Amino acid sequence: MGIKSLVSHSLMIAWKDLMELFRNRMMLLMLVLMPLLMMTMAGFMFPSNTSTSHVSVALVNQDEGYANYPSASATLIAALETMNSNTDMMTITSASSLDEVRSMIQAGEVEGGIIIASNFTLSLVTGKQGAITIVTDQTNPQMSMLLQIALKEVLEQMGTWLAQQNVQGLNPAVNSNNSLAIVKPYIVQTEGAVLGDFSYFDFIAPGLMAMTVMMSVMTGLPAAISHEREVGTLDGMMVAPINRLSVILGKTLAQTARGMLQGTLILVLAVFLFGVTIRGNILLIFALLLLGVFSFVGLGIVITSFAKDQETAMMVMMALMFPMMLLSGVFFPIQQMPWYMQSISKALPLTYATTALRKVMVLGASVSMITTELAVLIGFGVVMTTIAVPVFKRVITR
Amino acid sequence: MHAEQEKIISDSWMFPTTYNQLVSILVSGMMIETRDLTKKFNGLTAVDHVSFNVKKGEIFGLLGPNGAGKTTTIRMLATLTRPTEGTATIGGYDIVKDDNEVRKLIGLVSEKIIMYDRLTAKENLWFFGRLYDVPKEVLNERIDELLRLVQLSNWKSSQVGTFSSGMRQRMNVIRALLNMPEMLLLDEPTLGLDPQSSVEVREFVKKINRENKTTIILTTHMMVEADMLCDRIGIIDHGKIIALDTSANLKKLVSGANTTVLELEIANLTTNMVSLIQSLKCVNSVSQDNSTHIKVHANGDEAFDTIIDSVRTEKGKISSVKNLEPTLEDVFLYITGHEVRDKADRKIPVRRHRHFMPRSRAR
Repeated sequence: MGIKSLVSHSLMIAWKDLMELFRNRMMLLMLVLMPLLMMTMAGFMFPSNTSTSHVSVALVNQDEGYANYPSASATLIAALETMNSNTDMMTITSASSLDEVRSMIQAGEVEGGIIIASNFTLSLVTGKQGAITIVTDQTNPQMSMLLQIALKEVLEQMGTWLAQQNVQGLNPAVNSNNSLAIVKPYIVQTEGAVLGDFSYFDFIAPGLMAMTVMMSVMTGLPAAISHEREVGTLDGMMVAPINRLSVILGKTLAQTARGMLQGTLILVLAVFLFGVTIRGNILLIFALLLLGVFSFVGLGIVITSFAKDQETAMMVMMALMFPMMLLSGVFFPIQQMPWYMQSISKALPLTYATTALRKVMVLGASVSMITTELAVLIGFGVVMTTIAVPVFKRVITR
Repeated sequence: MHAEQEKIISDSWMFPTTYNQLVSILVSGMMIETRDLTKKFNGLTAVDHVSFNVKKGEIFGLLGPNGAGKTTTIRMLATLTRPTEGTATIGGYDIVKDDNEVRKLIGLVSEKIIMYDRLTAKENLWFFGRLYDVPKEVLNERIDELLRLVQLSNWKSSQVGTFSSGMRQRMNVIRALLNMPEMLLLDEPTLGLDPQSSVEVREFVKKINRENKTTIILTTHMMVEADMLCDRIGIIDHGKIIALDTSANLKKLVSGANTTVLELEIANLTTNMVSLIQSLKCVNSVSQDNSTHIKVHANGDEAFDTIIDSVRTEKGKISSVKNLEPTLEDVFLYITGHEVRDKADRKIPVRRHRHFMPRSRAR
C-alpha cells in the first residue's frame, strides 16, 4: 500500500509537471532549439585544417642567387603558388624585409610571413641546407599554429621533391619512384579501431547527449522545486498526506523525461543531420543516459535543499555547470589537459558518463567494456542519493 | 443546490475515522489544542508560547497586524513548519508525531494561491484530489459539485492562469475542500480581493461551517472580517495572544472600562490642539485620520466634556462630533496601545515631508 501510493502520487506529480511543460510554448520551443544550437555550434566552432582558407601571408624573397645556377627560391615560390592555387589556403603578398613583415603583422595586415634567406640558392648548390624562416603572430596562437603546420607541410613536400631531383641527378639509373623511397623510406598510414569516416560530430554527439540529459536533471530539479516553493504551490503538495519522497520522485521523473526527450533529439539530429553513425546498442545508450540521470539526481536534490530561492539555485547551478561542461571531455579530450586538470576531471561523474557513452556510440563497446565507468556512476549516484534524501526531508519542513 | 450540499454533508469523510480520535474529541470537545506553541527563526521569535483551544464546529479567528505570527501559527498547525517548542493536536493527533494523520483531517487555504496556472480548473482539482487518494469516480463528482458551489462550472476546462483574482481565490478555497476536511485552515482568505469577492468568499466560508459543521480557523488583519465570521477571536501581536474571547465580550473590555470613543471634525485643527488633547488626563490615545478628523479614546464620565472644553479653549471650530460604539479596532488599540495599521502607515508621510520631497526638488 505504501509503495503503491508512493508510486501513484509520484506519477501524478510527474504528470502535472509535464502538463505544465507542454502547455508552455516558449519552453517547448527552447527544448527543441537548444540541442540543435548546441550541436551546430559545437560541431562548427572548432577549427579543422581543411576549413582554413585565405590566410594572408607576407613573402620576403632575399635570395641573391648564385652565379649562373637557376634561382632555387624562384622554383620554390612557383611550387608554393601552384599548390596554393589548388587549396586557396593562403593569400600571398610580397614584402621586402623581416622588419616590414613584423610591422605588417603588428598592423594586422597579414597573419604571418615567410622569409627566404639571401644565401638560399648558394647553400643548396654548394650542398648545404637552405634556410627558410616562418614569422608568426603570437597574439593568435591558434592561427600561428595552423600556419606553421601548413607551411611546414608545403616546405617538406618541396624539400622531398628537391631531394628526389638531387638523388636522380647523382645517379641517372634511379627513377622517380626509387628516389622517393631513398629520400623518405617510411610511409605512415592512419587507421581507426572501427572502420568508417569520423568527424568532430562523432566525438561531440555522445558528450552533448550525456551533458544535456544530466544537466536537465541537475538544473531542472532545483529550478522546479524552488519555483514551486516561491509561488507557494509546494505547500499544496506538502499539506497532502503523501510521502515526501514522492515529491522528489515525481519531479525527477518529469525532469528525466524532459532530459531523455532532449537527448533523443540530439541523437536524431546527429544521425540524420550531421551524419553520425551509431555503432553500439541503442538500448544500452538509453540505459547509460538513465544511469547518468540517477547519478546526478542526488546532487540536484542537495542543491535544491540548500538554495532557498530560485535565483540562488540558478547561481549555484551555473557555478557547477561551467566547470563540468569544460572539464568533462564533452568538447575537448581530457588527455589534452595538464595533469592537475585531468585529476579534477576524473572526479566529475559527467566525465565517466561521457566516456562510456562515447565508447558505446562510436566504438560499439558492450557492457563488459565499460564496467569502470558504470561502477563510478552507480557509486556516485548511490552516495549522493543517500545524502540527499534525509537532507531534503529535513529541509522541506523547516 | 440542496441535493449537492446534502451529498457533501453525508459524505463519510467528514466523520472521525478512528476510535482514538473519536474518544479524544468526545472527551475534550476540542478540535485544536495548542500548548505553548513557539517558533523561532534565527533568534527572532515569530510565535511566542501560544496556547488556545478551538471547539469542534467553531469558527476561530486569529486577528493581528502583518508580522504578528498568524501565518506561522497556521503553518505549524498545517504541519508545514515544525514548532521550536510546545505542542498542538488536531482532532487528537499530534502535529509533529502524527503529521500524516493530521494532514488527512485538514484543508489549507494558503495566503498564496495553490493552483497551477497552466492547468485547467479541473486538472488542478484532479491533481490535488488524487494526492488525497480520493477514488476516481467520487473525485469526478466532487469536482463538479465544488465548481458548481462557487459558480465556476463554466470554467472547468479553462486554464487557471486566465482567471480573475476573485475566481482564483474561490478555486483556492475549494481546493482545500477536496478531501472533505473536518478542519479548514484559512490564511488571509480575502487578501487582495475586491469588496464583492471578499463578501462571496466570507459567505462561502460561513456556509461550509454551517452546513458541513466544519471547524474553521482563519487569520485576518481585517477587523470587519473577524467580527463578521468568527465565533471567537484571538488577538495576536508580536507572536503572543493578548486577548481571546467572543467579539461581543472583547468589545465589552473597552466599554466596560468606561471608555468613550469620539470622532471629532474640527475645521481649523492644529497640531497644538492634538497634543493638548493627548495631554489630557482622561485621554488614552488620539489618532488623526486626516487634516480635520481626529479619533479620541478616553476614560471616565467627564471625558466628553473635558475634551470638548479643551478644544473650545483653543478656539477650535467643531463641525461635528460622533460618539462611537467600540469596534474590534478599538479593542485592539485598547489592548496594545497601537493601531493595527500602525506599522505600515505611520512613518511614510513623515519621511516624505522631511527628506524625500526636498531631495526630489533639488534634482
